[in-house]
Amino acid sequence: MSRVPLPYGKRLLDLFRNPKNLGRMEDATVSAVAGSPACGDMIAIYLKINNDEVIEKATFESYGCAANIATASISTEMVKGKKLEDAWKIGWKQVADAVGDLPSVKFHCGILSVGAVRRAIREFYKKKDEKPSWLPDELSLEEKHALEEEELVKALSKRVRTFSEKARGKKE
Amino acid sequence: MTKSVEDLIKAHDGLEKEVYLDLENSSPVPNEIVEAMLPYFSENAYGNPTVTHKLGWMAYETIQKASQRIANYIGASSAEEINFAPSETEANNLALIGTAQANKGKGKRIVISEIEPLSVDFSSNILKRLGFQVSKVPVNGEGFIELEKLSSVVDEKTVLVSFALVNHEIGTIEPIKEAVEIVKKRHPEVLFHTDASDAYGKIPIDVDKLGVDLMTLSSNKILGPRGIGALYVRDGVDVQRLLEGQIGTQKLWPGVENTPLIIGFLKASELAFKDFDTNVAHMRRLRDRLMNEIPGRITGTILNGPRGTKRAPDNVNISFLRCEGEALTIELSLKGVYVSSGSACTRLLLQPSHVLTAIGRRFEEAHGSVLMKVTRYHTNEDIEYVLKVVPQAVERLRGISPTER
Repeated sequence: MSRVPLPYGKRLLDLFRNPKNLGRMEDATVSAVAGSPACGDMIAIYLKINNDEVIEKATFESYGCAANIATASISTEMVKGKKLEDAWKIGWKQVADAVGDLPSVKFHCGILSVGAVRRAIREFYKKKDEKPSWLPDELSLEEKHALEEEELVKALSKRVRTFSEKARGKKE
Repeated sequence: MTKSVEDLIKAHDGLEKEVYLDLENSSPVPNEIVEAMLPYFSENAYGNPTVTHKLGWMAYETIQKASQRIANYIGASSAEEINFAPSETEANNLALIGTAQANKGKGKRIVISEIEPLSVDFSSNILKRLGFQVSKVPVNGEGFIELEKLSSVVDEKTVLVSFALVNHEIGTIEPIKEAVEIVKKRHPEVLFHTDASDAYGKIPIDVDKLGVDLMTLSSNKILGPRGIGALYVRDGVDVQRLLEGQIGTQKLWPGVENTPLIIGFLKASELAFKDFDTNVAHMRRLRDRLMNEIPGRITGTILNGPRGTKRAPDNVNISFLRCEGEALTIELSLKGVYVSSGSACTRLLLQPSHVLTAIGRRFEEAHGSVLMKVTRYHTNEDIEYVLKVVPQAVERLRGISPTER
């Protein structure tokens, strides 16, 4: 259990203080969430997609650390104006590079925001009951990671609670 | 300095006010204490206390006197019972591992609680690897050790029980006297250690009244310099050294005694105990203002730990729901208020503070926790400023959050 001062970069700090594309989008075509409050990391992505399958508008909400807020914000910047096929191709490394100076322990924040974007894109096609050829059947690394983190923390949180309650002799 | 850290620090330029409340993790050392230490670096008693010359004897005398003074503050009978060690961490390692190892002939079982500081908790892991059985006694929702569970885990194979006198995160003042009675009644030979780092200088302490055999003290927790702490070991109790080397006046810790730091620790103790009642009343007043007025100014808070006289006078620990602690420490830092959090994010882990989960906080509640400690130097103006900026910081982060409002 170590603690390091996180040498966040200037860009990350600027995005934390003044995030772009912040807020719930009431008229979103599709939205998706990755992470959970129990993880301490949760990102919601809202996309407005036009008939040409171009992302006209992208916004986010974030419950999490400064890196989480910054990577979510930059992800929305990066997918805005892109065709869904091109937006899908943006991976967590590009997000991390765009933030600059993202500490390695915070890579998972970038992964989570890409995971949320890709979940939203999948949801879009699911709703349309379509599946373009470029959309893989298997979950991408980012989607898988988001799912693993959610499940791991769920299990961990349950285990810790069960342990504490058992130790106290309580049944809940 | 790396460029990015320079930028981070620069982002704080032009702060209206600064209030340091992260006394859990480190403290500033008041000038009075620094000034008391300075002569011992180069003018006075800088010799090695075990060597037979004037500067050595001066050092010997200085360390003896300091030990005696510190012994007096905790009601110990002799200077020899005070063993200086580099910090709370080392003293706790020595108390756990050194005591268990020295007494393993009597049994290989130790008992701690679920909310001990990491230096106790992790030392118990080392003992596990050395073949000891470790039992952890649970605590209730306010962090009080469940005494009724204690007697069932202590047996004739138990060599050591270790419970902190004051919890470092949530300020719970534990019923150590009662715990000692239960333990000794069950088996008189069990040794009892208490980490009193968060109690020393904040609540009255007497090793005889408590009935403990070992007690950890820390300089940095009372505004003294870091790098020095002590382990009180009752006369006749066996403890094995963890390190080997030249043994001087400190039988349990080899190496040349650090006289300037010992003087700093002593001076910090003197200042904490001088006007003790006034200092404690002052801290308690500021603590209660934060504890009562923060929830009055913002919704969705949970106080972690008890209220009133059973809480350390300096400790405030509040969970802000729908708000993540690491982001909150940064947001507050940018406003000049320095605190820490039990969030997993500040610890590079998925799991938040073990203390908060042990008192029944859900992960999402623990992630939003903020720990603040006040000192006798904080003012009402400091608290006003904190009360102003904390709600602003929490509101902004909640405004970003997707969790239900």
